Amino acid sequence: MAEQTTLKYTAEHEWILVDGDTATIGITAYAADKLGDVVFVDLPSVGDTVAIGKVVGEIESTKSVGELFAPVNGTVTEVNDAVVASPELVNSDPLGDGWMIKVAFTELPELLSFDEYTALVGE
Amino acid sequence: MPDVRYSPLHQVHLDAGASFTDFAGYQMPVRYSSDLAEHHAVRTAAGLFDLSHMAEIVVEGPEAAAALDFALAGKLSAIAVGQAKYSLLLSPDGGVIDDLVVYRTHPDRFGVVANASNRFQAAGAIAARAAEFDATVVDESDDVALIAVQGPASLAILEGLADLVTEKSARDLGYYWSTLGTYRGTEIMIGRTGYTGEDGYELYVTNSVATDLWNELAAVGAAHGLVPAGLASRDTLRLEAGMPLYGHELGIDTFPAQAGLGRVVNLKKEGDFVGRAAVEAGPPDGARVLVGLVAEGKRAGRADYPVYDADDREIGIVTSGALSPTLGYPIAMAYVDPEKSEQGTELFIDVRGTRIPASVAALPFYTRAKETN
Repeated sequence: MAEQTTLKYTAEHEWILVDGDTATIGITAYAADKLGDVVFVDLPSVGDTVAIGKVVGEIESTKSVGELFAPVNGTVTEVNDAVVASPELVNSDPLGDGWMIKVAFTELPELLSFDEYTALVGE
Repeated sequence: MPDVRYSPLHQVHLDAGASFTDFAGYQMPVRYSSDLAEHHAVRTAAGLFDLSHMAEIVVEGPEAAAALDFALAGKLSAIAVGQAKYSLLLSPDGGVIDDLVVYRTHPDRFGVVANASNRFQAAGAIAARAAEFDATVVDESDDVALIAVQGPASLAILEGLADLVTEKSARDLGYYWSTLGTYRGTEIMIGRTGYTGEDGYELYVTNSVATDLWNELAAVGAAHGLVPAGLASRDTLRLEAGMPLYGHELGIDTFPAQAGLGRVVNLKKEGDFVGRAAVEAGPPDGARVLVGLVAEGKRAGRADYPVYDADDREIGIVTSGALSPTLGYPIAMAYVDPEKSEQGTELFIDVRGTRIPASVAALPFYTRAKETN
């Protein structure tokens, strides 16, 4: 599980772990909690091009639908098949086994720090 | 913005770590930990719900029964003391102002339970319609807490309460019957009613003992697998049970017959009642009717998603939908054109741009196994 203080965040409740030119992306515990029990995850395919702010996936709970927005420009290099098969990982381990996609990024915008994200969600 | 309202049990929910949602102006628990776990607990053991946001309207007086016969779609004068009845408050045009449960607690006293979102419309309409009768209408919602225990273990849990005294035992109550009693010396009304498709009870008490009652139910119930359950699980439970939710399956523009509730309107009862002429005239030809839809996979149709036929014509709209926690496949209720309402008709739900095949299915989706004793 990633150390949450070292991650970057978006206002749309994604977290981003930057390692070299690869960004691992998931949704925050706050977002997972707001959604409720996640029952379906739809992710892009390896090789897909993603663009900042565009919807690249859907995360459905029994009650509602959340969207996964790309926080970077780049190409999907890996998709977490485990979270597609077991969507409950989003709730049980949002920052770990519940990760969604890895992207080889060509542009990494200014992102929120842990403190900034925490202030944003008021927790 | 009106002030945010709180249940008398709000502190209990805070202490339990509940997540909250706004429901008709109330901050109510949406879940305590996991809405799926809460859903399954109700199906297999028991769930404890705070429904104190719901409205309780007392109609009392020598002509209380006659007033309700005029105000509502059912024949409330025909139910016995202790009996409960599901009914509709219709507009003069035959639309549904609210759906409600009426308990006859005394010969001349009825408790009408209305949706929180319709509290003032319902109380106002009933009061106006009762004006010519010798009956009073009092909205007691702010003084009454409603706690529901739902699930197969409900009876065992109620029987474990130390300080509950009732005229009729919970065990001997039939479905849609109720009894009066006391809890820790304070008046209580218990109905064998609910909104989950399981056996269960709804307990009406004054706010002052609500916390004690909740805590004792939680303590007694723990050994039976009872968990506190939020409104998220309540919604998936009632959807599986095919029960309509006002604002989704019912509205001011819905005729009862469209929602499959024609039987709730008693056209045989003598005398006029509000909405009678419109219901007798019936909904317009071609008016959409409520159906169940089932699909494969994991993607659920949700409220307001359009429904198409095999010829790509938009023929309906989803009113409620979810991936059924009990059944494991997507279920939905939808209004569709009558010629597309036959069971087995193959339709498509537009799930955010993707057409998901769905077939018309009988309601309810889930029926609990009946006990054989």
